[in-house]
Amino acid sequence: MMEGVLFYILATVLVFFSILTVVARNPVRSALYLISALLSVAGLFFLQEAEFVGAVQVLVYVGGIMVLFLFVIMLVSVREVVFQRKAGRQWKAGVVLALVMAAELVYFLINGVGIFQSTPPETGIIVAPETQNTETLGRVLYGTYLLPFEIASILLLVAIIGAVVLSKKEI
Amino acid sequence: MDSVFIISYVVIPLLKIAVIVLILSGAIAYLTLLERKVIAHIQVRLGPMRVGWHGLLQPIADGLKFILKEDIVPSRADALVFTLAPIISLVPAFVVFSVIPFGPPGMLEGVLRWALSPFFSPETVQSIVESGSVSGGFVTDINIAVLFVLSVSSVGILGIILAGWASNSKYPLLGALRSSAQMVSYEVALGFSIIGVLLIARSLSLVEIVQKQQQDQLWYIFVQPVAFVLFFICGMAETNRLPFDLPEAETELVGGFHTEYSGFRFALFFMAEYASMITASAMATTLFLGGWLPPFPSVPAFSFLHLVPPVIWFLLKVFLLLYIFIWVRGTLPRFRFDQLMKYGWKVFFPVALGNVLVSAGVLLRFI
Repeated sequence: MMEGVLFYILATVLVFFSILTVVARNPVRSALYLISALLSVAGLFFLQEAEFVGAVQVLVYVGGIMVLFLFVIMLVSVREVVFQRKAGRQWKAGVVLALVMAAELVYFLINGVGIFQSTPPETGIIVAPETQNTETLGRVLYGTYLLPFEIASILLLVAIIGAVVLSKKEI
Repeated sequence: MDSVFIISYVVIPLLKIAVIVLILSGAIAYLTLLERKVIAHIQVRLGPMRVGWHGLLQPIADGLKFILKEDIVPSRADALVFTLAPIISLVPAFVVFSVIPFGPPGMLEGVLRWALSPFFSPETVQSIVESGSVSGGFVTDINIAVLFVLSVSSVGILGIILAGWASNSKYPLLGALRSSAQMVSYEVALGFSIIGVLLIARSLSLVEIVQKQQQDQLWYIFVQPVAFVLFFICGMAETNRLPFDLPEAETELVGGFHTEYSGFRFALFFMAEYASMITASAMATTLFLGGWLPPFPSVPAFSFLHLVPPVIWFLLKVFLLLYIFIWVRGTLPRFRFDQLMKYGWKVFFPVALGNVLVSAGVLLRFI
């Protein structure tokens, strides 16, 4: 009962702030609404008892990425941006994407949960959730999926070095 | 929902939150007096002497002054963001205290039994006392407490950034830019300095970390001295304290991000800074100095130290660290901005990383 109510409250807040993020003309306001939306996503994670993911969501997205976003936005002169037309020439592509997304959502709404269970869950990969959330995640990341995890981190490292090389004239 | 549920999950936690918020506000007020007094004596002055005995009522006078002052919103400022910024900065600083343990689990058991027994049957009282973390010296004990503290306090940075932007003025904007760069760089080293402790304690719950220190009969500062120093320095940088107070450096930026703020809104920023100082000290105490434990918790010769209540030990350690905060402010000059970034990325970050590697290696090989 309680969980259902909380879910609907969080979901409403999320949708509300997501719409505001897109509609707001002022980029800093927009970022502020995005932060609120991200926080309600974190709330949804907590509701699903995925505490680790929820906390990391706040730490990485709100505390890290949004700070950098704001950093960049503040360097842009906002007064010019505010009076520009929000939708440029890309609005047709936007409408097409929105329609595709809506069609997908309607499809899933009609067919219900059944679609997601087309393949039987493979045994042995999903660790039984007896231990703590964080511990389970750690074991899966550094055990079962060690190689993909390390490849992803090397990719990120390459991206960081690439960004530095591209932006610095002399190293 | 029966009465047991309501009392143990609504009434008692709310009471605890009220008590913590009140004590914290008082502590913040008197921390300003402590700071002024200590700095004054370091500089061979007397500090506030007029209001009350040796200025003891000064914080109350200051609070009244803040409330009565004119509240100015600059005409070109973004009024909504300008109003929200101090709140965004203060609320996370207070929220963090919901997971910090002031005393051991079961600390309030006696008090609760005494307070509840006239109203309820013995069985009801028993079930209330035993449910959740009702009788512990903390609001709640969650298994990701360390992450919770890190993530919630990182939200507070947004308040400073938004304040700088919303003021629509040059100095606050410069302060906000400095602040975001500084926070992002020092947060990394701060996070890494905690990992050593987490590896030893094998838990992210602050209560469990203190209990592990009791089991190991050792404060973790003795096994992780480098991490403690790093944590404290980065905590100082995160709270914008001298020598890291570049976001508000008076001599270059007038007042930094809060230049345009006045009256009560300014007081909110002030409170947020002091509250996060207390947070940093409380976290350092919990992670490295044994939280509520007395020195030598399991040595029989020192068992008389247990006569002092655990909360007192906790507060003593926190205030010792707060005193060091003030002492450093009175002694060291401010960093230049390039020095600040250089130390953050080229000194603290590698040292923190090395500390994690060495701790993990030693734990894997010998224990």
